[in-house]
Amino acid sequence: MPLKIRYFAWVREKTGKAEEVLDLPAGVGTVAELVTWLKGLGPEYAEAFARADVIRAAIDQAHVKPGASLAGAREVAFFPPVTGG
Amino acid sequence: MGVRVQREDFDIGTEVRHLTAGRVDVGAIVTFTGTVRVGNEGRDILGMTLEHYPGMTEGELARVEAEAASRWPLQASLIVHRYGALKPGDNIVLVVTASAHREAAFAAAEFLMDYLKTSAPFWKKELGADGKEHWVEARQSDGAAAERWKKAD
Repeated sequence: MPLKIRYFAWVREKTGKAEEVLDLPAGVGTVAELVTWLKGLGPEYAEAFARADVIRAAIDQAHVKPGASLAGAREVAFFPPVTGG
Repeated sequence: MGVRVQREDFDIGTEVRHLTAGRVDVGAIVTFTGTVRVGNEGRDILGMTLEHYPGMTEGELARVEAEAASRWPLQASLIVHRYGALKPGDNIVLVVTASAHREAAFAAAEFLMDYLKTSAPFWKKELGADGKEHWVEARQSDGAAAERWKKAD
């Protein structure tokens, strides 16, 4: 299943890319499972997601918790806690 | 009602005039403007860059605004948030609320700011006077400020 993944702020800087389309293997069904899988893609991903408990996620531009299902998702985003305002 | 995300500066007077033009039912207008401080948590800064998530940002701001409109009798509201490179003293964010009475306008403006600070996908990166860049970390007090509106339910 090809999925667009976007990275923002220091997650983007650490992975070295703003977005990419990845084919997820079977068994990656939640945001938390996606993070675990991404960490295995290379040292830059391991570094970006080293503080996985700090990183927030969104599915199709809505905030979600780590246990959220990826079923039907078109776009997943990872970013630090927001600091606007 | 409206939200805007823009690189350009805004003018508070112009925004308020546009928002309430032709209305005679508004008795109270509250505006909040957030600006870039020169010193943040002990660091002197030369400026900052605000990154955001186009699409989600507008969606979250609209969601927060709709939530405010469902809680208070607002006649009009506006959120303008800037992104890109900003210098100390520059405007960052504007919230305007208009209601028949001040209580709703004050409360809704505070709610909008508290909620957008914890939900709108913006990230600030500061450029320090020492030449080093630094991502601003979320403050626990911001989370607590948003949380208290839930307890009030």
